[in-house]
Amino acid sequence: AASAPKPLPSSGPKSLREMPHPLATSSSEEMGPALTPSPDLLLPRSIADKDLSLPNGTPVDTSSPASSSSLLNRLQLDDDLDVETRDLFVTVDDPKKHVCTMETYITYRVTTKTTRAEFDLPEYSVRRRYQDFDWLRNKLEESQPTHLIPPLPEKFVVKGVVDRFSEEFVETRRKALDKFLKRITDHPVLSFNEHFSIFLTAKDLNAYKKQGMALLSKMGESVKYVTGGYKLRSRPLEFATIGDYLDTFSLKLGTIDRIAQRIIKEQLEYLVELREYGPVYSTWGGLEVELSEPLEGVSACIGNCCTALEELSEDMTEDFLPVLREYILYAESMKNVLKKRDQVQAEYEAKLEAVALKREDRPKVPTDVEKCQDRVECFNADLKADMERWQNNKRQDFRQLLMGMADKNIQYYEKVCVT
Amino acid sequence: MEDCLAKKMEITVSEAEKRTGRNAMNIQETYTAYLIETRAVESQSEGQCGPVESLWRRYSEFELLRNYLSVTYPHIVVPPLPEKRADFVWHKLSADNMDPDFVERRRIGLENFLLRVASHPILCQDKIFYAFLMQEGGWKEMVNETGFQLKADSRLKALNATFRVKNPDKRFTELKHYSDELQSVISHLLRVRARVADRLYGVYKVHGNYGRVFSEWSAIEKEMGDGLQSAGHHMDVYAASIDDILEEEEHYADQLKEYLFYAEALRAVCRKHELMQYDLEMAAQDLTSKKQQCEELATGTVRTFSLKGMTSKLFGQETPEQREAKIKVLEEQIQEGEEQLKSKNLEGRDFVKSAWADIERFKEQKNHDLKEALISYAVMQISMCKKGIQVWTNAKECFSKM
Repeated sequence: AASAPKPLPSSGPKSLREMPHPLATSSSEEMGPALTPSPDLLLPRSIADKDLSLPNGTPVDTSSPASSSSLLNRLQLDDDLDVETRDLFVTVDDPKKHVCTMETYITYRVTTKTTRAEFDLPEYSVRRRYQDFDWLRNKLEESQPTHLIPPLPEKFVVKGVVDRFSEEFVETRRKALDKFLKRITDHPVLSFNEHFSIFLTAKDLNAYKKQGMALLSKMGESVKYVTGGYKLRSRPLEFATIGDYLDTFSLKLGTIDRIAQRIIKEQLEYLVELREYGPVYSTWGGLEVELSEPLEGVSACIGNCCTALEELSEDMTEDFLPVLREYILYAESMKNVLKKRDQVQAEYEAKLEAVALKREDRPKVPTDVEKCQDRVECFNADLKADMERWQNNKRQDFRQLLMGMADKNIQYYEKVCVT
Repeated sequence: MEDCLAKKMEITVSEAEKRTGRNAMNIQETYTAYLIETRAVESQSEGQCGPVESLWRRYSEFELLRNYLSVTYPHIVVPPLPEKRADFVWHKLSADNMDPDFVERRRIGLENFLLRVASHPILCQDKIFYAFLMQEGGWKEMVNETGFQLKADSRLKALNATFRVKNPDKRFTELKHYSDELQSVISHLLRVRARVADRLYGVYKVHGNYGRVFSEWSAIEKEMGDGLQSAGHHMDVYAASIDDILEEEEHYADQLKEYLFYAEALRAVCRKHELMQYDLEMAAQDLTSKKQQCEELATGTVRTFSLKGMTSKLFGQETPEQREAKIKVLEEQIQEGEEQLKSKNLEGRDFVKSAWADIERFKEQKNHDLKEALISYAVMQISMCKKGIQVWTNAKECFSKM
């Protein structure tokens, strides 16, 4: 069973027969650190593995959906434990510009600290560029199609003449990349993905990338769900609801984005006028004798207000807007996952029909597909709950920000030294 | 410490009413009439007030009163009237004279004008002013009978004087310069302020859109729904609050406008001085030339070229009798001239003295008023910010409960 080129364990649904029993290949060092099963960490292992096994290695009869669900429930319980016993920490920082003959680009330092056994060392520090993050994300999508992969900051900057190398742009991107990796780290399944580990640890990522491509072509398998031609008759209500929610959600976020941009624009125009307003008081102060002090005071205060307002607009642009956009991207991803789910269900239904027609006993194929559906169901719900929590916190942060700015505004006003 | 009318009497412009009537050209027109109420106040015994007297006046009558006062008391900085037409408006305010907000602000401005005149030690004693407050009928005729229009200096004369005067009092020149600058800076300030108000209005109102979106969004959320909905409500409150804030700011703008118009009154006093000074200089010049003529005739020497001299050379000199007659006339004129010059000088000095006294009074009033205006403006701003803090704090609380 170990003779065949090792398929990536988290590849798409395949016939149970084709999948090697993961525990049977305990000479799995070849597979890479992420694949070594260890008793403690069994449960967080990707259950994209067709075979669900109990810690002692006994294969479980997974022909009925019920048993897979119960295992899934156990998985969810352990989610909470996982949070308390964080064993993987990842940070993105230290952006650096690289100038080469062909191109100029930015790399970021990715630092990893971990106590997980899959990792050879407790600490790693590598440099990665945006391309690498993009590659990682694609790989994750391919290998975990039923999971929701966190979004990346946009690849190209569409609006205007934004300097790719400006401090603000680089910093915004760095923060987004950092968030991206942290989200993967927090994810019970994704964080154990092989590609992720490679990304965090490999000195030469490009070599691995090439190797990965080669493997694929050798196997000649299509990793993605290209179950073409299957049309879903009707989406189950709960998913339809989610779909509708996501549609409205992205719509509303889009509107908020536009409103926020409009506010920033209006604030900037206000700022322009304010900048002219202050000095007039100064001029007047020059004319007067007794009134010159209070007039100068007013002028200075208006100046301070300008500064505070500027800061507010900057913060809105740098912190508030990117997060909105991120969530819109997230919603898009989720919708894609839903579509995939639909495809899976369609395939399942079609095959079910085929089975019924043929009156053959081939339970395993549909079951296989059905399991996939279950998976999607559970993780979808889980992730959605996650999103809500995240949104809560995000909002708090925004408002704190805006509040803080309003506060600053006031402080400056209170300094009006008119007596 | 002269006792002024304001201390003896309560004056208010309490109401404004739309009226239609026929004007001088017998054309139907709509105008606003203002109700002036007065009540005598006994300074000693509290609570003992006379009955309330009232009458209606329209803006043009106020204008007539002010013109009368300016002409009759040229050495006084006469308080200005509120603007005839709405100026320095930002987009939300209408420039319509019939707009209720404009009428209301004008009512306040007119009341302010009457109070200023009534608290002026000299102006308050004027009979026409008193009649304006107390006597509805026949007041216009009374004013016109004073013939003040005749006393008014022509614009052209004043302009001429401004250019030609040689030796005006330096203080007045400085004052005129100051009032020019003051006018320029205040109008600039008012213009920019109007634009600032406009922009601020925009910022606040856009936040109102948040209210709507949050409401729509909350409809699809479960746990976050309530928090979003209430936060949206606060955004609506925020957006609505700007209306009151800017309304209050209009009052500040009005205070600035008063002093903008006061600058014009200052200039009027300066112009009067220049006119008088020019008059004086002309009279002095005239006298000098007459004296010279006299001397020439008496001594027979011609110092300066004159047509008379030429003609007398050509056509024969005058007889001694003619010369004597001329000299006599000139001497009389010189006598008159010297008396006139003396009185003009006196007039001029008196004018300068009393004008400068009033200008000092005005300066103090201005410093005091503007200081208070700036303070209240600052207070307004602080309160606006506090409201902002309140709203955002509330919103934050809503968000934290999501």
